[in-house]
Amino acid sequence: MNKHLLSMHDLTAEDVTRVLDTAASFREVGSRVIKKVPALRGRTVVNFFMENSTRTRISFELAAKRLSADVINFSAGGSSVSKGESLKDTALTLQAMGADAIVIRHSSSGSPLQLTRWVEGHVLNAGDGTHEHPTQGLLDLYTMREKLGRLEGLRVAIVGDVMHSRVARSLSFGLVKMGAEVTLVGPPTLIPPEAPEWGVHVGYDIDAVVPKLDVCYILRVQKERQRQEYFPSVREYARLFGLTRERAALLPEGSLVMHPGPMNRGIEIDSDVADLPTSVIEEQVTNGIAIRMALLYLLLGGSGEGEVA
Amino acid sequence: MRGRFVFKGARVVDPTAGTDEVRDVWVDQGRIAAGPVEAAETIRAEGLVLAPGLVDLHAHLRQPGFEHKETIETGTRAAAVGGYTAVAAMANTDPVTDHAAIVHEVRDLAAAYGLCDVFPVGAITKGLAGESLAEMGEMVEAGVRMFSDDGNPVPTARLLRNALTYAKAFSAEVVLADHAEDGPLVAGGQMHEGAVASSLGLAGRPAEAEEIAVARDLAIARMTGGRLHLCHLSSARAVELVRRAKADGIRVTAEVTPHHLVFTHEDLVTYDTNLKMHPPVRTHEDREALRAGLADGTIDAVATDHAPHAVEEKEAEFDLSPPGTIGLETALAAVLTELVHPGILPLGRALEAMASAPARILGAGDHGGPIEVGRAANLVLVDLDREWTVEPPFTSKARNSAFTGRRLRGRVLATMLRGELTVANGKATR
Repeated sequence: MNKHLLSMHDLTAEDVTRVLDTAASFREVGSRVIKKVPALRGRTVVNFFMENSTRTRISFELAAKRLSADVINFSAGGSSVSKGESLKDTALTLQAMGADAIVIRHSSSGSPLQLTRWVEGHVLNAGDGTHEHPTQGLLDLYTMREKLGRLEGLRVAIVGDVMHSRVARSLSFGLVKMGAEVTLVGPPTLIPPEAPEWGVHVGYDIDAVVPKLDVCYILRVQKERQRQEYFPSVREYARLFGLTRERAALLPEGSLVMHPGPMNRGIEIDSDVADLPTSVIEEQVTNGIAIRMALLYLLLGGSGEGEVA
Repeated sequence: MRGRFVFKGARVVDPTAGTDEVRDVWVDQGRIAAGPVEAAETIRAEGLVLAPGLVDLHAHLRQPGFEHKETIETGTRAAAVGGYTAVAAMANTDPVTDHAAIVHEVRDLAAAYGLCDVFPVGAITKGLAGESLAEMGEMVEAGVRMFSDDGNPVPTARLLRNALTYAKAFSAEVVLADHAEDGPLVAGGQMHEGAVASSLGLAGRPAEAEEIAVARDLAIARMTGGRLHLCHLSSARAVELVRRAKADGIRVTAEVTPHHLVFTHEDLVTYDTNLKMHPPVRTHEDREALRAGLADGTIDAVATDHAPHAVEEKEAEFDLSPPGTIGLETALAAVLTELVHPGILPLGRALEAMASAPARILGAGDHGGPIEVGRAANLVLVDLDREWTVEPPFTSKARNSAFTGRRLRGRVLATMLRGELTVANGKATR
């Protein structure tokens, strides 16, 4: 494994398998009465969140605590520049705190990579701008593999605003790496024209895609994209690209509905669909903790050999 | 008291005269002299190239208003070290160079340091706001010959039409320089739009934004008969538009920067903020078209777009960092290393594009050669083969060089401004 996890491109297919296997063993820890192992005792993990995120921050915090690491939450509204401090100054501050790992969430693409130039510890990307969100991608791969038994050959559609989605990038890169067949679906204005170079298919007709899927992965729609002229209205978006109850009925038996959360019920996904048994949205959240434990453990602690829990 | 010098045995490359020959060049009273001149100081120039001092059409010296980035003193010293004897200073200062007082202030400050002549560029619109015309007449009387809202494209065809038409009022020939990018199409854009931007999650500035603006500007130049200069071309299609416009007799000139001649968008995969610039570096095909356009004269000049920023401004998040790279100290070496030494561009053409052509566009009559008796002794002495690594500190106050860490071949050893050495042994003399 690389020293840092900045992008899904940092991992080989073997690395991904190792992360998922390690997560599987940590998944069991979460079901114990005492949900804690001593693997990272004495190590310090800084959650450096320059963009609001309750879910991902809590998930990383729980993951680090279940590994017995010391956790510091360093949150700031707005950019470092707005405080008159450069990203480098902030990085050096974190370094001075003795961080063994820095988990960074930032609204600016590339800031985790920039951070690696200035700190000695491991850097984990918890979502940077419209670039990547590799831990989300890995927990999604974990969930698919657990539910469907494999990744290779899976037919997955990622539906929505791919252009501005870091989740879509990490998940697409991860699925392609693991041999799945990915189709991006959404308004053409929100699919990057270069997406075919990622090794994925592109389609604009969700009804044509849904009946052939193993996984229908729905992205959150940002309402401000309407003002930016990407689509005419939320209503029309829901009509053309939303996973309605009627569309969900076309999904093959045994296929999954996934969403990275938080959901806009009634827009990209019908409320009824989100609550169907095929929907594994809550399991994604639970698996997220195990994936983040696995990553912290593999990057900081372990050789990856022997007993992890 | 100006010195008396002789450049002994120099390879004199004079793009204006079209000559390339080994001879002695004598300097007396600030001018090229017939020689021999009594008691002249000898500068050994065997194996070195002596050329007209370089002229930059496009530098941001930042003073007044942004002295934390650069000052006229540090900027002109950097220019001298890079071999320049004249630079055009862009108008986006604070206050903006949109009236004669600032023109005088900038030029007088530069004259006091005596490192490099500065030709202030006047703003086309008041406060660079893109709304109403600045008082161009007053600035022309103060000696301004080039106007630009650089950084901001002239926002509408109507405004550009009026500016180019109004500029005909002056007996002195005036040129309007435009930063040609369609504003709404590049809004929020961080780098060239394409596969690299979309995998890095950075919003794009499509090449079509330049194509649209260049096409518009050329149509208005044809319509008005005014003189148009296009700043820092970056795309193949823009080069082709200029090539056709010149064939059609439109009065247009164009420049390209060393960084657009060297880098491509692939180089941004490390989110290096020193490679963030507007317009952005683009594809391999675009870079090849820029090189071909420079070689065949479609692009008249190499200009630096020297854009100094403070360290903390560039050590920020990519989307929050200001665009631009410094360039005065590396421009000649970059062109020699990447274009001349590999045989892509003849040395004479490179020096024409960096000295005589920009001097002509700027109306800087004392600069750019020819190197002949009676002309002002504005010269640069270059070791074509001296290798060096670009690294801070720079002579410029800033250190945001896109070329940081690169090995370059070719180094300025001496620069002479009106018979005085501003640079000797590769170092500024003052």
